[in-house]
Amino acid sequence: MTMPTTESSNGFSVIGKPFPKPDAVSKVTGRAVYADDMLPARTLHCRILRSPHPHARILSVDTSAARRMPGVQAVITGADLPIKFGILPVTQDERALEHEKVRYVGDPIAAVAAIDEEIAAAACDAISVEYEVLEPVMSIDEALAETKDERIQDYGGPNNIHKLVALEFGDVDAGFERADHVREDVFFFQGNTHLPMEQHSAIATFVDGRVTLWSSTQVVHYVHRALAKVLELPMNRIRVIGAAHGGGFGGKTDPFAHEIIVCKLAMLTGRPVKCTLTREEVFYAHRGRHPVLMWVRTGVTKDGLITAMHFKTALDGGAYGSYGVASTFYTGALQTVTYDIPAYRFEGCRVFTNKPPCGPKRGHGTPQPRFALELHLEKIAHDIGIDSVDLKQRNFVKPMTRTVNWLRITSCGLDECTERVLTASGYRTRQKHSIGSILNAAPARRRGRGMGFAISSYMSGAGTAIYWNDMPHSEVQIKVDRGGVTAYCGAMDIGQGSDSVLAAIVAEELGLQPRDIRLVTADTDTTPIDLGSYSSRVTFMAGNAALEAARKMRDMLVEAVAAKTGIPADTVTVVAGRIGDLSFEEASILAEARFGTLTSAGSYTPPKIAGPYKGSGVGPSPAYSYSACVVDLDADPRTGIVKVNKVWIAHDVGRAINPLLVEGQVEGGIYMGLGEALMEEQAFRKGLHKWPSMLEYKSPTFMDMPEVETFIVETVDPEGPYGAKEAGQGPLLPVIPAVSSAVFDALGVWIDEVPVTPEKIVEALRRKEKGETPRFGPVRFPSIPYPTCIKVEPPSKELDRASAASI
Amino acid sequence: MARDVDRQVVVLDVNGERAELFVPVHKTLLEVLREDMQLTGTKHGCELGECGTCTVLVDGKPELSCLVLPVQIEGRAITTIEGMASGSELHPLQQAFVELGAAQCGYCSPGILLAAKSLLESNGAPTREEIREALAGNLCRCTGYSKILDAVELAAGRVLPTVSGEVARRAGGGPGVKDDDAHN
Repeated sequence: MTMPTTESSNGFSVIGKPFPKPDAVSKVTGRAVYADDMLPARTLHCRILRSPHPHARILSVDTSAARRMPGVQAVITGADLPIKFGILPVTQDERALEHEKVRYVGDPIAAVAAIDEEIAAAACDAISVEYEVLEPVMSIDEALAETKDERIQDYGGPNNIHKLVALEFGDVDAGFERADHVREDVFFFQGNTHLPMEQHSAIATFVDGRVTLWSSTQVVHYVHRALAKVLELPMNRIRVIGAAHGGGFGGKTDPFAHEIIVCKLAMLTGRPVKCTLTREEVFYAHRGRHPVLMWVRTGVTKDGLITAMHFKTALDGGAYGSYGVASTFYTGALQTVTYDIPAYRFEGCRVFTNKPPCGPKRGHGTPQPRFALELHLEKIAHDIGIDSVDLKQRNFVKPMTRTVNWLRITSCGLDECTERVLTASGYRTRQKHSIGSILNAAPARRRGRGMGFAISSYMSGAGTAIYWNDMPHSEVQIKVDRGGVTAYCGAMDIGQGSDSVLAAIVAEELGLQPRDIRLVTADTDTTPIDLGSYSSRVTFMAGNAALEAARKMRDMLVEAVAAKTGIPADTVTVVAGRIGDLSFEEASILAEARFGTLTSAGSYTPPKIAGPYKGSGVGPSPAYSYSACVVDLDADPRTGIVKVNKVWIAHDVGRAINPLLVEGQVEGGIYMGLGEALMEEQAFRKGLHKWPSMLEYKSPTFMDMPEVETFIVETVDPEGPYGAKEAGQGPLLPVIPAVSSAVFDALGVWIDEVPVTPEKIVEALRRKEKGETPRFGPVRFPSIPYPTCIKVEPPSKELDRASAASI
Repeated sequence: MARDVDRQVVVLDVNGERAELFVPVHKTLLEVLREDMQLTGTKHGCELGECGTCTVLVDGKPELSCLVLPVQIEGRAITTIEGMASGSELHPLQQAFVELGAAQCGYCSPGILLAAKSLLESNGAPTREEIREALAGNLCRCTGYSKILDAVELAAGRVLPTVSGEVARRAGGGPGVKDDDAHN
């Protein structure tokens, strides 16, 4: 079954080699089955009636005309699904169908199952809803002010504030007193959305008293939990299966109304029921990047060393909680994992507005503060006359340390990442050009050409689960049967290649090739738990679980071969399809004879590394990835149009289990970062999305994407599987501030607001010409009733390896 | 049927097979392919002609199947992703996409593969810029387009040996993946 292969120079047979993904052929031949590709016999089609008002009370819903329409099999309203749900235990504020009040345009009110989609849509049109329209709350300022009609939600407060956070680590005031220079800035990061190519889709059946749902979700386990709660069924009567997945980026991480609705309709009709959202509905389903207004004040010594930082954020959350409490903490959590900040105060606030709820998008809550932080440090360097890269480098965190807010840093490749991109891009040489060095013969830089540098970090999985429990975060089972190996795991491959990671790890440990491993994933009936594809957790957590399970299986195979051949077990090699002198199949038969059914299991639970304070659960991760990036662009001073010429990025992934897929994640992250930096906006007018279509919501095309040079840096993390960390989210983060820094380098104007559009550049240039501040961005941060800071004593900075696992 | 829906017999030539269908006249080619012919390899991203996901070939040229009615293309040769490989032998473009990881979630891949096939049939050695232009109507949210560009260059180079050493080196991945390997 396996072609013999020689071990590579890193000592591995599989790890570190560029293998095609296990499902690559089915995807390029059109045979991968996505949820909307399923059409079992007698399938009914579901459409959802949604609110046309951003804020209104529902006075009555009359479905009688819809029910009378030929072809309509069922119509349900909020009365049929009254139980609330939500991704976080503290914000169970959503209903699959609302019957009391709608809070954004697109809030679901009723659903129809009919023999075809057109009849279902016509039936939705025939439902009559009487509303009492309320004054909508459409901005952070409006949400902070006294409400005109009534609050959007009945919790949180005052006014439409959802969540307030105030934490202080170390003595911030003393830090500012110690500083030689203190600077304050205000930044704004506009919201944007995931825009997966596949619209959300779900199909449910109800057979033998059991519900089965196939969905394009990122997390089968959380959907399973929400279904059990709302449908009032035990979890053992519900099965959730992840269909082939057409892109998530965080947008399919919440349980969604349509997933619950198709299950309910299948239970009522006894037939399969499918719901695929239209593209417009996907824009309103959202859960994407929060718009965030940020204020930051930092003190530095004359050498540029940070003495203290105070960071304030205000998040425009939309109408529901979603992941918002976590998002709020994330806007303040990870500033400290790249820069050594000895004293740090964070005040965060999320407000409700009558817009589609925001949630997690690639980088969850951290691209916004990363944008602000990197530009803010650029400006400080400018103020005190230090090269900005030097200033940043002087403040880099070190490996094996703890941050002021108790985050544990193990491996850290910031220095190497920085050197790689600076060298490859010629960034420092360019700096010399810009100050007109006569030593360099290179032609003078033309106006409008610029380079920007930024760094970032991201988690390799959240160290705490979304709901409190002591269970492992990931589990893997392996079955070996007549030479065939099957790995079972709840992890959901959303295109990032998590199946490939599982196959590679099991193959490596069993001396096989990835294509020898059969995979069963993301099925709540047949696979053990994994918390799903979010927070860049799968490689680290499912990878470690797979490693443990595979090593147990290898031990059984080795023991059986040793017993049979009389060779000491510790000298039996497992490589190239052979266990010692026997083929894998022969060894598996011996082992099955010796042990019975050959199964093994592994699990992963993150170390207990959260700090001793309330709110410490957001931010800890067993390891952090690091990235550095240089962007080279041309910004036209006449039109403000930006053309990105090239991006260099170095990413500390810990260990590249499959470098092909790591590159793919890095390149995809850069692309998505460029889209956010330059054009993507989820903006609203009178409660309606301004651009709810793929033509109007601008995203980069083949023509916009520059050439990219990627450097994979391997720091071999002490706790990652083979040292691996993450690649899916971190590389997006530095791209956005690097773009804005490059625009400053090109034209001498600061664009302190994302996206960096031509209009903003032209306006900033106009201000510069008039002698005003050469900048475009917010000028004030609102007064927010933050509570008194919880004061937290910082931990000792040094982290010795012996105590690394539990601080 | 309860409603008055005009239906019409249409005869389509899809992937070299003749299909006679009785479908509502307003149904798009995309809907007929997916719902009446079970050719679900053709995906939909917007159904408004904006994203390129539903691209099929009509007489070898890319068309957005969400904007075409079957009656418009009777008698013309339609190629969908299901018709791209020869039996279990992948088309060189499909092979290159597999080897270079040019399909992540894979949802845009059928449309991009067919648009690229059309390009290579009219221009066997396109420049990178020509590839960008030919595929500019197809959106992808996963890959950042880089690996797709590399894969189209690799496939073109295998027909005409002009591929750069860099792309060939990055192909890596060992022996070619045959269709059956992924379904063992």
